[in-house]
Amino acid sequence: MAQMNMVQALNSAMDVMMERDPGVVILGEDVGYFGGVFRCTEGLQKKYGEARVIDAPIAEGGIVGCAIGMGVNGLRPIAEMQFADYIYPGFDQIVSELARLRHRTAGDFFAPVTIRAPCGGGIRGGQTHSQSPEGIFTHVCGLKVVMPSNPRDAKGLLISAIEDDDPVIFFEPKRLYHGPFEGDPEQPATSWAEHPLGEVPADYYTVPLGRSQVVREGGDVTVLCYGTMVHVAQAAARLAGADAEIVDVRTLAPLDADTITASVRKTGRCVIVHEATRFSGYGAELLATVQEECFYHLEAPVTRVAGWDTPYPHAFEWDYFPGPRRVAAAIENVLEAA
Amino acid sequence: MTQAARFHVPHPSARPGEAPDFGYLRLSAAGAVERPSPDARVHDIEHLAYDLVRVLDDDGQAVGPWAPSISGETLRAGLSAMVLTRAFDDRLLRMQRQGKLSFFMQTLGEEAVSVAAALALQPGDMLFPHYRNVGLHIARGHNPVELMCQCLSNSRDMCKGRQMPIMYHWARGNIFSISGNLATQFPQAVGWAMAAAIKNEQHIAAGWVGEGSTAEADFHHALTFAAVYRAPVVLNVVNNQWAISSFQGFAGGERRPFAARGLGYGIASIRVDGNDFLAVFAVTRWAAERARMGRGATLIELVTYRRGAHSTSDDPSRYRPRDEWKAWPLGDPIDRLQAHLIARGEWNEADQAALEADRKAHVDACWREALSYGSMTEAPRLDQYELFEDVYRDMPRHLIAQRDALRALADYQPKAGPASEG
Repeated sequence: MAQMNMVQALNSAMDVMMERDPGVVILGEDVGYFGGVFRCTEGLQKKYGEARVIDAPIAEGGIVGCAIGMGVNGLRPIAEMQFADYIYPGFDQIVSELARLRHRTAGDFFAPVTIRAPCGGGIRGGQTHSQSPEGIFTHVCGLKVVMPSNPRDAKGLLISAIEDDDPVIFFEPKRLYHGPFEGDPEQPATSWAEHPLGEVPADYYTVPLGRSQVVREGGDVTVLCYGTMVHVAQAAARLAGADAEIVDVRTLAPLDADTITASVRKTGRCVIVHEATRFSGYGAELLATVQEECFYHLEAPVTRVAGWDTPYPHAFEWDYFPGPRRVAAAIENVLEAA
Repeated sequence: MTQAARFHVPHPSARPGEAPDFGYLRLSAAGAVERPSPDARVHDIEHLAYDLVRVLDDDGQAVGPWAPSISGETLRAGLSAMVLTRAFDDRLLRMQRQGKLSFFMQTLGEEAVSVAAALALQPGDMLFPHYRNVGLHIARGHNPVELMCQCLSNSRDMCKGRQMPIMYHWARGNIFSISGNLATQFPQAVGWAMAAAIKNEQHIAAGWVGEGSTAEADFHHALTFAAVYRAPVVLNVVNNQWAISSFQGFAGGERRPFAARGLGYGIASIRVDGNDFLAVFAVTRWAAERARMGRGATLIELVTYRRGAHSTSDDPSRYRPRDEWKAWPLGDPIDRLQAHLIARGEWNEADQAALEADRKAHVDACWREALSYGSMTEAPRLDQYELFEDVYRDMPRHLIAQRDALRALADYQPKAGPASEG
């Protein structure tokens, strides 16, 4: 077992897979010689060569389009979007091509592409370096969508994503790269070096796609969350003094409805938290699932805490970000409801 | 200054009721354009993007340095594939008119673009077609019955009813799936070629787009990546003058030929007579040879004319002269190859008539067989529950539940009325 931060865990996942499978290649802006702006691919080009860790032009549509062609020709490409905010030029290739290729050819063609995209706020990135566009992609049938919250999951989930024959959009909350972040900008991030989930096996292992994880058991209320919000929710539960059951959704699509349903049926109350904007956000799908599966177990209306429906700001980041106070208030409201 | 002087809206040379005028086309005489070595430096061959490579002259003779050494057998195979493509086209267009197909797109007049290229490439080369490339399938020997079954969305449809007619693919024949989102296949072809180079395999990729969709970002992504990685790929722009009602000027064709776009990327670029089977064959061979020797991509502009409608959903007489095709200066690809074979002494008009009758009979037989496998509305039909297959490799639980919900609906009786559809 090694101690790793999220960047090192992701690097290790790619290293392990490149070692095991000569078809695994990495394509993205600054991923090669430089090792990526977040250092996730550091050292990999030196180890595996320029033909497998490939610096790409600044053209996300070209990166995704070429990755599809590579996948059709038997490779297993990992395409890095430098920021999730930059993924939109590749949107048509993802939605109209990557997601639907297997279906439209009745299984005769497919492209096992993993798209990594650093997402989320809390880094003073303003509206073009802070977005959480996961809900745009969970709406697209044919894609799998993942967002880990800690190094151990990140490595195991990324290995599963690379091995998966379906396309996976792998969102990495960049506020977690170097430590769990509980949403209070006044508090420095704890280092993964001192965190049990920073203990990561050095070798190959997987965390299966499609399974959520109960990260804290509790009886009062279920908090459904993922990514950075897993840590915010834990801080919020402490603030509210609530015995919250916290579920890290981890794989957003396909959704592990069973874990969610079992928890909400047990607690009877539910708060859904994500950084992304609220209207038509992924939380609405979670809420609909809870309503359909748990209606007769609910003791209070289900509540969502999300980014406000405005563009992500630069100056007012901490008014925008769903921090522990907002989540705690929501937990208290749900607990106080009849 | 007037607004018109400041803001230019392109106009085609003729609209309905006006005399067709192809005076804007820059033509070269057959045999007039030099043929450089396939490993030539791009800098030294830039003129090829502006000239027009032509091999067949008005007498059906193959002239000049691009005239390929090609066997009579290959030429006859090409002629046969073009005639079959046209017979297929004609039959399916009529069947669409009779309501058997929901939709169809003709290839009429553009047969050489696909057939000559397919014969110039190797069977293991991967083809990324656009929607007017059915000749690639025909030339590679894809059974027309399978193509027809796709158009019918019947029980043998390769796409299982998931795509509109003409969106074929053929994994075994190394022909990629057609997308209705235009130009997406161009960077995919480049990526496929990059993978071939990474794996150090010999096969190359070839992609096709229409001139209209060169305006899409994907076209430029493809050229950028092809240039940067010197990908072994042949990138074809089929300039058939019309994108539905928009003449090629709306894609930027008024100022420079589409081939010239490759020069800005440092890619070898050639403009070729798309209705000249021999010229298309020769230029494609040149580009493939260049790619295989590690000199990277070639952009080929094939100058041709879309003789039919864009699709069965538009009426071209609403936006261009009804008989514009008659004025097209580069003739008909089948007529021209036939004239060449006759000039070589290897063909005569009786042979041509026999070939056309034979290919038409073949298409008729194929159509009867295809119909025996049903249609969208007539049995045998596809199993609608297969809709849920292939969204993912393994069906996730929510799709199993949705499939079961569709099944359950079959037994549902609305309380207040008779069973209704949906």
